[in-house]
Amino acid sequence: MIDLIGYGAFFLTTALIFSLVTLGLNLQWGLTGLFNVGLAGFVAIGAYTSALLTTPDDAARLGGFGLPILVGWLGAMIVGGIAAALTGMATLRLRSDYLAITTFGVAVVVQLVALNAQKLTGGPFGIGFIPRPFGSLAETPLLFNLSNLAVVCAVTLVVFFALEHLSRSPWGRVLKALREDERAAISLGKSARFYRVQAFAVGGAIMALAGALQAHFTGFIAPDNYLPILTFQVWVMLIVGGSGSNLGAVIGSILVWGIWAGSGTLTSVLFAPEQQARAASLQIVAIGVMLCVILLIRPNGLFGDRLQRLRGKRAKLAAGESGSDS
Amino acid sequence: MSLQFVVDGLLTGSMIGLGAIGVTLTYSILRFSNFAHGDFMAWGTYATLAVVSAIGATFGKVAPIAPLSFGWPLLVAMVVGMAFTALLALLLDRVLFSRLRSQGQAIIVVMASFGASMALRSLLEFTFTSRPTYFSRAIQIAMPVGFGIRITPDQIALLLLTAVLVLGVHLLMTRTQTGRAMQALSQNAALARIVGIDVASVVRVTWVIGGALACVAGVMIGILVQIRPFMGFDMLLPMFAAAILGGIGSIPGAVLGGLIIGLAEAGAVQLIGAEWRAAVSFIILMAVLFVRPIGLFGVRER
Repeated sequence: MIDLIGYGAFFLTTALIFSLVTLGLNLQWGLTGLFNVGLAGFVAIGAYTSALLTTPDDAARLGGFGLPILVGWLGAMIVGGIAAALTGMATLRLRSDYLAITTFGVAVVVQLVALNAQKLTGGPFGIGFIPRPFGSLAETPLLFNLSNLAVVCAVTLVVFFALEHLSRSPWGRVLKALREDERAAISLGKSARFYRVQAFAVGGAIMALAGALQAHFTGFIAPDNYLPILTFQVWVMLIVGGSGSNLGAVIGSILVWGIWAGSGTLTSVLFAPEQQARAASLQIVAIGVMLCVILLIRPNGLFGDRLQRLRGKRAKLAAGESGSDS
Repeated sequence: MSLQFVVDGLLTGSMIGLGAIGVTLTYSILRFSNFAHGDFMAWGTYATLAVVSAIGATFGKVAPIAPLSFGWPLLVAMVVGMAFTALLALLLDRVLFSRLRSQGQAIIVVMASFGASMALRSLLEFTFTSRPTYFSRAIQIAMPVGFGIRITPDQIALLLLTAVLVLGVHLLMTRTQTGRAMQALSQNAALARIVGIDVASVVRVTWVIGGALACVAGVMIGILVQIRPFMGFDMLLPMFAAAILGGIGSIPGAVLGGLIIGLAEAGAVQLIGAEWRAAVSFIILMAVLFVRPIGLFGVRER
């Protein structure tokens, strides 16, 4: 029983960290319509930045500044935000596909730097000894897992409500206006590029924060954690949840991570150890097909559609009331 | 600095350029970045490999054509592989892309191609495992051709094949009715429809050319380097960079862009080391987007 609670806490922590990345992506894609297929790069930037700032001094590589964890998180957000802003400034005046290719390139380059700049990133061996919040509780796994879950929950809630607030604020309305009808928004005197760079930067900062949280949660990072498959997972989470809805982003993340982890457990039970790698690739095939099928039959995902319908109903009700009044 | 990088660069550039033709055609005619294009390349190569093994099983060991490392089975298999890849592209368009295209949101199609890319690649990995394979393990002796440059017979043959294919596609695009229809559709889709161009057939030709050339590029990689499920995915960034550098929609541009990126990569390997090779296409891509987003031969969208 206690094991189960411990596993549940561990599972939810991972799922919520994914949901943070998905929330960042939802701001970029769902709200603003910016197509980022290199989000693994921004997550990696956050993880490495925070690790460099907070790990103890290490003779083998640069840095290891031993700063508090909160400083690491803040640094991750700043560096991730700047990286995203630079990417956006270079490409957002062009057709949206260019942004996709550029972000893909950013992820490739970040991966290369993580792998080859040994002095900075520890190369293929990664960075260990990343301080963990409540590290002193590691003796009692249950307490440790639960307190980590509490931290991640708190951060997710803060980001969630901040994003909900942002999307209803005038700033968020400008983004939506730009997404829906760029010409109209520009004719009202809004600079499309300026707002989009801002949205892209904030989204990138949230992704970097998620990367930092993950790094401090596991205590060890390596270049292999940030392969294109991460980008793919998060996109599926957002599409399943329904792009444009923050609630959908969170629920989609938990759901897809549940399917992913569940099918992983299933293959490890069903297949012999030497067949595991093949089974894992079959798992990716299944999720890829799932993404395509959802795009075909329910492009709005679980929540994107329902919210719109509710909104439509409310609008109809409002229209009916005003009609009966007159 | 040895001049050997020129040969290496031209060869890498040929592979990138052949792949970039498909990317640039899909982008300009169907209006979306096809992230699955690299996986067409890998699928074509594995299909070719399968046919080569089948021929080997039927006819026994076939001696290679004099100086080359491969014989007629590979040539036959490549033609079959090209047809297979073209069919794969058409099939994927039928079940996925065309349906999403009709919804009118280009970016949804890109996303679907991203998903299809993951599924296609992992399916290859499932079937053939991620262990690299080869068409032939024979090692060729490189001939010196002066200036400290060495080249193998295979490499000469593949450079010639690239030249012939590129010339062929260029003639097709400029001299035939289909080619002119493709150009018309890429320049102004609405107008092209009004004058009665058969859009469906142009779309089919686009997939067939792109798929077949991707297969050839993949087979080249297989002959010169190795065959892996990830071989095409790793080419994605160089191919897009080449297509954008050359100017979207331009076939000579895609090939020239590919050659420039190939030469830059080979040069970078000599100057700063092989591990940074993949960053070269990204740097060129960013430079093009900053300085001249329409590329070398691009036409501003009308």
